[in-house]
Amino acid sequence: MGIRTLTLMLVAALATIGLLALSPDFSVFLPQLLRGAVLTVEIAVLGCLLAVAMGVFAALARMYGLRPLRWLATTYVEIFRGTSALVQLFWLFFVLPQFGVTLPPFLVAVLALGLNVGAYGSEVVRGAILGVHRGQWEAATALNMTRVEALRRIILPQAFVAMIPPWGNLFIELLKATSLVSLITLADLTFKAQTLNQSTFKTVPIFTLVLLLYLALSLVLTIGMRWLENRAALGLARGSGR
Amino acid sequence: MIWDWAFAFEILPLLAQAAVVTIEATVLGFLIAAILGLVLASLRIAVPATAWPISVLVELIRSTPLLIQIFFVYFVFPKWGLVIDAFAAGVIAIGIHYAAYCSEVYRAGFDNIARGQWEASIALNLSSWTTFRDIIIPQAIPPVVPALGNYLVALFKETPLLSAIAVLELMQTAKIIGSQTFRYTEPITLVGAFFLVMSLVSAAGIGALERHLNRRPTR
Repeated sequence: MGIRTLTLMLVAALATIGLLALSPDFSVFLPQLLRGAVLTVEIAVLGCLLAVAMGVFAALARMYGLRPLRWLATTYVEIFRGTSALVQLFWLFFVLPQFGVTLPPFLVAVLALGLNVGAYGSEVVRGAILGVHRGQWEAATALNMTRVEALRRIILPQAFVAMIPPWGNLFIELLKATSLVSLITLADLTFKAQTLNQSTFKTVPIFTLVLLLYLALSLVLTIGMRWLENRAALGLARGSGR
Repeated sequence: MIWDWAFAFEILPLLAQAAVVTIEATVLGFLIAAILGLVLASLRIAVPATAWPISVLVELIRSTPLLIQIFFVYFVFPKWGLVIDAFAAGVIAIGIHYAAYCSEVYRAGFDNIARGQWEASIALNLSSWTTFRDIIIPQAIPPVVPALGNYLVALFKETPLLSAIAVLELMQTAKIIGSQTFRYTEPITLVGAFFLVMSLVSAAGIGALERHLNRRPTR
């Protein structure tokens, strides 16, 4: 879908939330839900940062690292891609304390989601680096660059452009996965919806608002990534002559 | 001791029973996803006017968390007079969620069919239904089977969400064992191991399938 349609959907979603807020049936829940949404955004942002760091690190370790490091990175990626996000979340929340490591739930949430999405992200980074034409490496060598220099100055900037759309999808996945943290007692948007539902039984307005709020958050993220994609592609067209 | 093998073996039969529920949910959920996804993708072609509403619907489903959709089906549908049990609600929610993803996969398959195939069918005086069933589908579906397989694995890995509405699948059983015995290490680690093994096996299966499909002569 184009950036135009997405913006239109975002405006429609926000307008619907605004219209619903006019009715007292809905408006009583909005402040509480918005407070939950703030926590959702906090976890999502920190989780995305961790995911990018882990993705880049794991990809580089797997491609250029020494054997033990490569092995470690591969194990990390296989374990976190092979099991469910919820299992990982529960493992960090319930099992880790039995090994004597008790983390606050917020940290568990960021760690579990960041590590989970980072494992998928490492494949994205790897694919994007492999997608840069061989000639770029050769030209860098001809210019007497070291491998590290070539990677940092020539390869990664070009790979970066190819990475943006798949990272955008992963960020959306992460944002949606933040709803799982409600199951480890964090008062995010989903948790607020659950508790409000249990105390008031106004199921329809609550869950309608929650769906719209998640939709608005996802759309903001999608539109932002689309914009970044367009900007980065401009730079590439000018710089590389590809 | 942190890991108790005796306890792990003791709970294994309970977890095995729960694994059956997990697999049932996976199979039924994917059945809904695969069929409903194909219906949505076909409808877009058959009735062009539906293309825009369907793409908005797909975007809506893909932009909101599955967990909320599960709650929505479980809590909101009964208010509209449609009372369903937790397992059915979970399977329906998962099926609809992944139908949105699958419909995009099918769409990519249909988009890869050259226009000439449709035109040649018209020239041969085939009805559009016959064209769709005998010309388009056999060419469009096989190339996207691996992508569908990836969604099957993704769906499988999301079934633990059903524990949120107390379906007695693997995760819920592990949690109940944990809360009754105060030993979470073995049940949750075993559940993780189960998912890991199943995912690795299915990834290998999809890889083999992909190689098999690529080996077929190009048409």
